[in-house]
Amino acid sequence: MTASVTPADLLKPPSKPLGQRLFDIALWGGIAILLVISFGPAEMAKLPLLFENSDNMRQFGREFLHPDFSDGAFLVGQMWLTIQIALWGTAIAVLLAVPLGLLGARNVAPPYIQLPIRRLMDALRSVPDLVIGTIFVVAVGLGPFAGVMALALNTGGVLGKLFSEAVESIDKGPVEGVRATGAAPLQEVVWGVIPQVAPLWTSYALYRFESNSRAATVLGLIGAGGIGQILFDSLNSFSYSRVSAIAIVIVVAVSLIDLLSQTIRGRLL
Amino acid sequence: MSEAAVLSVRNVSKSFGSRRALDSVSVDVRKGEMIALIGPSGSGKSTLLRSISGLQTIDAGQGRIDAFGGAVQSDGKISGKVREARIRIGFIFQQFNLVGRLTLFTNVALGSLGRIPFARGLVGAWPAETKQAVMAALARVGVAEYAAQRANTLSGGQQQRGAIARALVQKAKIILADEPVASLDPVSARRVMEILRDLNREDGLTVVVTLHQVDYALRYCERVVALKAGKIVYDGPAVGLDRKQLIDIYGPEFEDVFWEGAPK
Repeated sequence: MTASVTPADLLKPPSKPLGQRLFDIALWGGIAILLVISFGPAEMAKLPLLFENSDNMRQFGREFLHPDFSDGAFLVGQMWLTIQIALWGTAIAVLLAVPLGLLGARNVAPPYIQLPIRRLMDALRSVPDLVIGTIFVVAVGLGPFAGVMALALNTGGVLGKLFSEAVESIDKGPVEGVRATGAAPLQEVVWGVIPQVAPLWTSYALYRFESNSRAATVLGLIGAGGIGQILFDSLNSFSYSRVSAIAIVIVVAVSLIDLLSQTIRGRLL
Repeated sequence: MSEAAVLSVRNVSKSFGSRRALDSVSVDVRKGEMIALIGPSGSGKSTLLRSISGLQTIDAGQGRIDAFGGAVQSDGKISGKVREARIRIGFIFQQFNLVGRLTLFTNVALGSLGRIPFARGLVGAWPAETKQAVMAALARVGVAEYAAQRANTLSGGQQQRGAIARALVQKAKIILADEPVASLDPVSARRVMEILRDLNREDGLTVVVTLHQVDYALRYCERVVALKAGKIVYDGPAVGLDRKQLIDIYGPEFEDVFWEGAPK
């Protein structure tokens, strides 16, 4: 630099506008106040109990550190059953979500179809799978099928919404290109829309399969079979070394599925 | 509508909010013509072409557009038979509008959708005749060796030639090309314009092409229709366009719309 530049010549560095600074203060201050208010109701005062009752914890931990794999093959079989529940639940959900996702998209369906479909998907999504599962247990009895249907309806609503948002973000150019050839509306969707959303749809479906293989475990709570049911039975009979073995089986299986599906999804996008 | 007119545009207006993109436009296109549609950005060229293919509605009222003697749209409503017109009208877009994840072959085969049975078109079971027509069309425009590649792996010029091949498989009698060379490099642009001219001269296709570059309009087209602010301000032979008229259309900076030098 040859010319001398005095500080006065320089433009001022950018600073946050006052409005934004006030917003930041309100936001973080608000979160802090909420935490303080919620301290009592959430019984956070009991935190020291974790350390005071360390004898119980130690007892619990000792059994946990000696997992009982005496019927390991059976546990793995039950885990496999849980994965099969997740597989069918997700498959039916995808079959539901394809028409729902297309009819729920603003750029495909007219408003008098699109809006009711959106509400239907909201309804499916907002009912937890445990509740749907309980209803199906009443209808079809205890067992894996109730779990499959619970996952299918809940996931169908979730995937339908994700699918329709993917459809709404497509480039309309290729669709017009297909339309200009004199194609029928359904052909426009098949050739103009689906190829554009296929990678994202597959990725969403795989992701839901991942989370469904976790959710299927919890469904054992209501008697939907699989490893989850064994887990709750063992918890209720205080056989912690068996619980520990089951937990290990679940963690390993879910991690493997996550890893597999992440690899596939990585390839797709 | 005169005897030989394949396209007829009558009193067509189109507003986007308060902006009038087309203002009582009337124009006839006769069989076998090659027409350049020129005008500054926002003059309504694209709107006119898109309306002719029924990709866009026109304002309600007197305006109507007919193709091959059948209505495409009138009184602001697309005709229920618009697909019959679209089958015979190939549309070339500035951004090519091929489906990027499909192969070039499939993209071009989509041109047959209006002609083959619905179910075959839906699942992509192309008849042998279509497959041959696709390869013949790709060879004609010089991109047959890329048939198996995904469209989005091809260059702009290759994609645009693929789009023309799609119109050929469609057996289109009219080609509407909306700024077909605006996104291309000069060599590809010339190639695309030459293909369009050959299709006009050798195959007798009617071609209407919007162009930003006036020298291309003068070189490749006999008839020029100029739009300015939604109104037709010139409709006549390309040789009739002189410096004064170009200044009328584009204003004093009209030399900017020439790629290779303005006429003296």
